[in-house]
Amino acid sequence: MSSKTPLLHESPSQTAGPYVHIGLTPIFSGVDGVYREDPGSVMVNDKTSGERICITGCVYDGEGAPVADAMIEIWQADATGLYPSPQETRGSADPNFIGWGRSAADPDSGEFRFDTIKPGALADADGNLAAPHITVWIVARGINIGLHTRLYFDDEDDANAGDALLAAVEPRERAASLLAQSQGDGNYRFDIYLQGARETVFLDI
Amino acid sequence: MSNDDERPGAWLPRERDWQPPALAPDYRSSVARSPRQPLLAFPTTPSEETGPVFGHTLIGPQDHDLLHNFARDGASAIGPRIVVYGQLRDQSGRAVPEALIEIWQANAGGRYRHYNETYIAPLDPNFGGCGRCITDANGYYEFHTIHPGAYPWPNGPNSWRPAHIHFSIFGQAFAQRLITQMYFEGDPLIPLCPIVNAIPHREGVESLIAKLDMEKTLPMDSLGYRFDIVLRGRRQTYFENRREGL
Repeated sequence: MSSKTPLLHESPSQTAGPYVHIGLTPIFSGVDGVYREDPGSVMVNDKTSGERICITGCVYDGEGAPVADAMIEIWQADATGLYPSPQETRGSADPNFIGWGRSAADPDSGEFRFDTIKPGALADADGNLAAPHITVWIVARGINIGLHTRLYFDDEDDANAGDALLAAVEPRERAASLLAQSQGDGNYRFDIYLQGARETVFLDI
Repeated sequence: MSNDDERPGAWLPRERDWQPPALAPDYRSSVARSPRQPLLAFPTTPSEETGPVFGHTLIGPQDHDLLHNFARDGASAIGPRIVVYGQLRDQSGRAVPEALIEIWQANAGGRYRHYNETYIAPLDPNFGGCGRCITDANGYYEFHTIHPGAYPWPNGPNSWRPAHIHFSIFGQAFAQRLITQMYFEGDPLIPLCPIVNAIPHREGVESLIAKLDMEKTLPMDSLGYRFDIVLRGRRQTYFENRREGL
């Protein structure tokens, strides 16, 4: 057997297009009766551990207009920093937390919303601590390949100061684009800018 | 191949020169929606090396059957009946089992069931346009549906999308998350489409074109099309003295 088999290329991405809702949130789009509920619409239940938070935001295009057909997904650790995934090797996550959510932007305002819990800080295999964060993935008409970014919390100054990914952002002031703004009572605001002076830092990760 | 770079992390970096760029000016919607700053390259962490799991209990018995999952009892969708199937693998060629695949498409006349849709072609009362399934132990998936129609769209003065089915795929890690589109062998609209042409390599375009598969065709029922999908792969690891991956 050859010791070196050539790698395959990943399938090329194509835009999710303006009708992404039919496939990913069919009930939201008016296609009723096929699925029981839209996947990713409920992230927590009464038994989920952790501080309840609500994240709202909007994706803006280069002209400052809301991207009202955007579809946003998030993936995050539980309150102790563990992921509810078979690939999680560091321990067992909260069985009452799915960790994944999906929100279609409002067709008029472009607002998205997630009701979830605040994730814990994450220790990697080397013991380095990552600040609490949420993976954010954005698709829409006009986006050829899903945009990957992270949401950090602006009320976690100490943890954020030690976070390796935040430290890698250049120029430094762009790191602010990754901070959700606390609005009190567990509410956070996270706006995403596709272009322009406030362009969000997107990741190749 | 460019992805054997020195960046650490458990997953191979995406081949950005193989994927479509964010800005493809002939696809007009990409102009105002493309980031202009370079992406921040960073090795994968547990946040990308893990991913959600969707159990088989999520999936209803007709979820993969778009001919019937929106239709009245006893009815089925209008249009050329097809079976679309294939294997989900990673870049090392390993099958990806237990992965959620969601699809959506226009009806046989090229009309989507969506609040923003304005095309004059009529809705089919028995076609919703969404389906999903979870790959089997060998990474295979299968949908039963109708061949979607081509349709015009407001990109240029006379732009038409080739017939296509949208695919959304979860692998075993969020690093593998992918949305793409499947096209049909022999469609003359494929080379005219600016969304397709955002893909930099012809070999990449060809990998998104499903091939007619007479072996999968159901006689007197449905034509078969095969569409294989490749997700991002892990770095090579050593396992039981045998090299996996590379």
